[in-house]
Amino acid sequence: MQSFTGTSEYIVSPELARAVDVAVALGRPLLVKGEPGTGKTLLARDIARFYNTPLERWHVKSTTKAVDGLYQYDAVRRLHDSRFGDGDVRDIGRYITMGPLGRAFQRDERIVVLIDEIDKADLEFPNDLLHELDTMSFTVAETGETVAARHRPIVIITSNNEKELPDAFLRRCVFHWIEFPDRALMSRIVRVHHADAEERLLAGALEAFYALRAVDGLRKPPSTSELIDWVSALRHSGMDPAKLLGAGLPFIGTLLKKEQDIDTASRRFSAPPNKSGGRTGH
Amino acid sequence: MFLDFFYKLRARGVPVTTHTWLALVEALARGLHGDTLDGFYQVARCILIQSESHYDEFDRVFAESFRGAAADARDLLQQLADWLKDPRAQDLDPELRAALAGMDLEQLRRELADRLANQKERHDGGSHWVGTGGTSPFGTGGANPAGVRIGGGGGRSALAVADARRFKEFRRDLVLDTRQIAAALRRLRRLTRDEGKLRLDIDETIDATARNCGDIEVVLTPERHGDVRLLLLLDVGGSMDPHAQLVSRLFSAAHQGGGFKELRSYYFHNCVYQRLFEDAGFNKPVSTASLLKELDSKWTVVLVGDAYMHPGELTMSSGDWWESSRGPSGLTWLARLADRFPRSAWLNPEPPGLWRSGTIAEIARVFSMFPLTLAGLEDMVKYLRRPALSSERRSVITTLARGR
Repeated sequence: MQSFTGTSEYIVSPELARAVDVAVALGRPLLVKGEPGTGKTLLARDIARFYNTPLERWHVKSTTKAVDGLYQYDAVRRLHDSRFGDGDVRDIGRYITMGPLGRAFQRDERIVVLIDEIDKADLEFPNDLLHELDTMSFTVAETGETVAARHRPIVIITSNNEKELPDAFLRRCVFHWIEFPDRALMSRIVRVHHADAEERLLAGALEAFYALRAVDGLRKPPSTSELIDWVSALRHSGMDPAKLLGAGLPFIGTLLKKEQDIDTASRRFSAPPNKSGGRTGH
Repeated sequence: MFLDFFYKLRARGVPVTTHTWLALVEALARGLHGDTLDGFYQVARCILIQSESHYDEFDRVFAESFRGAAADARDLLQQLADWLKDPRAQDLDPELRAALAGMDLEQLRRELADRLANQKERHDGGSHWVGTGGTSPFGTGGANPAGVRIGGGGGRSALAVADARRFKEFRRDLVLDTRQIAAALRRLRRLTRDEGKLRLDIDETIDATARNCGDIEVVLTPERHGDVRLLLLLDVGGSMDPHAQLVSRLFSAAHQGGGFKELRSYYFHNCVYQRLFEDAGFNKPVSTASLLKELDSKWTVVLVGDAYMHPGELTMSSGDWWESSRGPSGLTWLARLADRFPRSAWLNPEPPGLWRSGTIAEIARVFSMFPLTLAGLEDMVKYLRRPALSSERRSVITTLARGR
């Protein structure tokens, strides 16, 4: 199996590339956590591109049950059919639809499955999937049919840390925390999206961006995706990159999404340069 | 060195299980680390560690265990092979021994032998040694809380990465951001179906309909909803000023992400007396006694403060420190709160090392006290879900609550 290196559209750190290799080689799910906007969800798309296989996405919501990812039994339609006599209601198989994991198991090739934001669901959700992810097979309770994976899919799971995941589940995963990119990595990432941007503008934008992230007390510091949007806005406006910080950060709304943060930042960056941020009260 | 690493991680509180350890052995036998120490660091971390809060401890143990190891890590495989030759002869804990017994060791040994043979054929490119440059074990990251990246890009050596301690801020004994606090507080929630909006229960409806010979029988159940009411009492001003930002994060976390049925917060200065305040400017007073009457004992009460004050403010029984009128002492008021609300606790932003004396120790006799860190919050939530009052604390509270 070829080692994962990322693609021209998605830059990975050596640690993350290694974690993907380990997950693929050991056939274990890869659990990815990290600050919002560090590209957790995009990783799965990129792995699929890299290995040139399809991707099944399973976006988890608060109401999602583990079995939904395997298959769904449409009892309501069957009930409807039984009342109005449409089709053969004795054939339960007609009312079973495969979920993302179920479809992946049935494929003739190994594909990538993304289980996005697993922490959104109920606490029991990860535990309910333990067995299926271990054995990569499940039984449809309604028909007694067993679906076993022909090829173990590459499973990528993302979490935003809203809930603790159970230990038994964690033990079975390869884990990687996506660090916030440092400047060198970030400039490569921004380049992917703005290949033809002026070097001076990018340098100025990165300078201002990391200065902003360093401001103490931001509720939601800006992330990669916000930086990329901001650079687009700057390019369209033709701002002089040398003046970004002095000008009180133009288009600050693309970077900061909370009113308090905008207040904090504008106080910090439009104040006269020699005034120190003195503390008040005691 | 290899096995030491495992035991050292466990000794330092990193929950490495035999299950994950054997997965690491398998990964190494398959050469996933690419015969480099950097690769070994990356493979070991992604398999053994399942939470970013343990990254820092992992880095420290890694630096201690592998300082002075060859950077190309080829001897690691040899060590692994030696170990697997006769794992039973060694001093293993029973759990690991049992897990090894259940494994196909032959297969592993074969893979390792192949890999080792392979390795010897390759040109020996003068292995160099790292980590002898006289850096202190965990020094290089030092003062910068965000950590320092050494080298940048792919050129960093595993030890430089480990030494930089970039994950210090993820440790669980520090408090991080609002989101994490909210996640911790959310565990206070209990979901019930007592009352609330009715929803169609499809499964039950189908079941009932089937029993009813196919005539539709609709079943409605109330939606699940949170049932916890939280009263937050916050100490502001004076010695609490250095902690203002932390407390404000806790406050906004409780409001934004808590999902409580009801959440009320009041302010006090140093200690609770006959009046609490709706605002931090102390302009809108509320009588503490009426609050005690109004809220029933099911409320969860969390007091946040450093519990640090002049002893007189706590114990003067001739009246309030801050009020001219006479009234019970601060300690009495606190005991009355504890008496009324069995589900109550005190969060203290000062480190526990300072709790053993003075007014802090006095208040800790009344309330179970927890540090205002992520770990402390989690402990408090655990405690509040099932509060257990020792008989000693019980009697302290009853005696004090009677006041005068």
